[in-house]
Amino acid sequence: MNKIMKSIIVTGFFLLSPMLATADLKVFACEPEWAALAEEIGGKAITASSATNALQDPHYIQARPSLISRVRKADIVICSGAQLEIGWLPMLLNKGSNPRVMPGNSGHFVASDYVKRLDVPATVDRSQGDVHPQGNPHVQTNPHNILLIAKALAARMAELDAAKADDYQKGLENFSLRWRDAITGWEARAASLRGKRVITHHKSWVYLENWLGMEEVANLEPISGVPPTAGHLSSLLKRFGEDGADIIIHAPFQSEKASKWLSKRTGIPEIMLPLTVGGSDQAKDLFSWMDDILDRLLGALQP
Amino acid sequence: MRIIVLGMLWTCLISNPVILFAQTGNESEIEQIRAELAAMRADYESRIEMLEKRLDEAEKETATSQQAVESIASRQAEQAVQPVATGMPSAGSNDNAFNPALGVIFQGQVWAYDNDPDDYMIPGFPLGGEAGPLPEGLALGETEINISANVDDKFTAWLTAPIAIEDGEAGIEIEEAWIETMALPAGLTLRMGRHFANIGYLNEKHAHTWDFADQPLPYQAFLGGQYLDDGVGLRWLAPTDLYLEFSGEVNRGANYPAGGAGRSGFGSYALHARSGGDIGFSHSWMAGFSYLQADADDRASGSEDEPLIFNGESDLMMAEFVWKWAPNGNIRQRNFKFVAEYLWRNEDGLYSLPDGRLQPYDTDQQGWYLQAVYQPFPRWRMGLRWDQLSSDNPGEAFDGTPLMPLADDPRRYSIMADWSNSEFSRLRLQYTLDQAGLEDDKQWGLQYIFSIGAHGAHAF
Repeated sequence: MNKIMKSIIVTGFFLLSPMLATADLKVFACEPEWAALAEEIGGKAITASSATNALQDPHYIQARPSLISRVRKADIVICSGAQLEIGWLPMLLNKGSNPRVMPGNSGHFVASDYVKRLDVPATVDRSQGDVHPQGNPHVQTNPHNILLIAKALAARMAELDAAKADDYQKGLENFSLRWRDAITGWEARAASLRGKRVITHHKSWVYLENWLGMEEVANLEPISGVPPTAGHLSSLLKRFGEDGADIIIHAPFQSEKASKWLSKRTGIPEIMLPLTVGGSDQAKDLFSWMDDILDRLLGALQP
Repeated sequence: MRIIVLGMLWTCLISNPVILFAQTGNESEIEQIRAELAAMRADYESRIEMLEKRLDEAEKETATSQQAVESIASRQAEQAVQPVATGMPSAGSNDNAFNPALGVIFQGQVWAYDNDPDDYMIPGFPLGGEAGPLPEGLALGETEINISANVDDKFTAWLTAPIAIEDGEAGIEIEEAWIETMALPAGLTLRMGRHFANIGYLNEKHAHTWDFADQPLPYQAFLGGQYLDDGVGLRWLAPTDLYLEFSGEVNRGANYPAGGAGRSGFGSYALHARSGGDIGFSHSWMAGFSYLQADADDRASGSEDEPLIFNGESDLMMAEFVWKWAPNGNIRQRNFKFVAEYLWRNEDGLYSLPDGRLQPYDTDQQGWYLQAVYQPFPRWRMGLRWDQLSSDNPGEAFDGTPLMPLADDPRRYSIMADWSNSEFSRLRLQYTLDQAGLEDDKQWGLQYIFSIGAHGAHAF
């Protein structure tokens, strides 16, 4: 038995030796928008895939075996952060046995660290629902945030893959130029949305509202993370019964029943908005996704 | 803050045992120490108050400067590459910032039985460890404290300390206390400490994540509910597209199905191979095989008054299969989960029977269960489970002992429904038709599971 113990000790120490870097950049994105952004910057120099698709609620994902295998081989993990992925990412990182992408290492990139987070609660208590102490994690719906994150991400990708640093810089410049142009166009188109009063299923859209000057007046969820209840919906009906809001929004992975119920009884138009790339047939990349959000909003609000 | 200072004080005291013990018996000096202690405590408390005040002020200052930084950051937004994190204050030292993640699980239940659960036994399968029916009537379940944090950049630590009630007395136990590496190369992870052995699908799952209120029969009969032990384990995740994980561990062998920490405290070892993947977006699966070899050294099982003592070896093979479905992989709305496991065990050794006889025993036994849980819409789930055991005849020598199985295989049928207001609360109703014990039993249970504190992440 002493032999077994000795060999355990010896192997243990041997395995603690520092690890070596690898060559080409594999991107594991928690959400599709970050995979799309990494591709805009890295082009063909990288391979990017997303752990979730646009039809899945990113709060509720299982730490599936396939995801563990993908984390194992990733050079960089890009996630929204602010506890959006708290129910599954820690498990993937723990099981993925990949020190490069552990928090604190350069292969761990948290997008929402690079923008000003909204809805940062002064105090947190679960009676308010599943609140995020570091603020609202759905930062991707303000395109200005995307620019900030792109810049930080390109720098990080260059750090991880120094040989292609110039490519990433060029990719970033090219993307930023086109994205700034697009923002100018979107902001011109969206002028009429300013001041519109919005009811959303979950607090998924605060950055979009903040960008376009819309006002969120209520959520279909009684508290964050708890599905709509009959009692809460009837209180909303009472409150917004007489033209009290302009639009009701839900994401593709949220049940449309509550939205439709309230819309039918109040006459407030109700739409599905893609929360990320792939959330609708039109939302094929970051540009067409944002185009589609505006198309849908304007379409519903301008008869 | 206060806790830390008091903790330091405590550490000072226990690290100077000489002072305490050398003077026991000398009443006046004890009095003197008490007085000094009281003075120290008063002194510390006033200092703590002062420190807390200063901390408060410092926090307020940081908050205002943080706001200023944020507004500048948003104005110069597009120039920023550094994180403008809204998290921890950057100035000052605040030890609380390093507090580990802390969560507490509350569990409670009420169970009704036709038969007296104190007399429960499965003929042929003397139960060991924590196996057996839950207490009759109203009872608090395990109250579980989970504490976890990274130690540094290379190690992470986990502690599960249930406050369990046994024979009316509450006591804190160590269920899991392990350290795991985070920085080993080549997909390797080393774990050391007390842990649920990495075998089968359910063995590593904490009670609050179970889909039914109790463990299926084969786990109860072959693993004492769940096999928990002190040891060291290494796992390797293959760098393949298909999930392939292999692990091996050596344990002390203190708990059922091992016992007595045999073989100089290396009483059991386990191997596990697992694979899994997705089929499209909606389906995912996992399958695995594991093997547990345990040395039983004066292992007791069966009734507490007349335990059966076993010396020998327990070999257990397990095959597991899990299949999960959710439309587009969006588990929030609807999902389905199917689990099946098959367990095969051979025990070879000597039983000392209650009548004093020493009898050689070499018997094969099997057990399996199938369970399915469906969530038709958010918050509600329902599930069915069928679990069964089967045993070879151990020989005539065991006639009339608890080791002789009945003609009919022991089996149970369970149905459950649970409701979760949020991710952190769950109420469950379960009905079990138990045909495993001496007489058929209709069992009704109502259970609650609540968690506060850190948001846990669950395995597949």
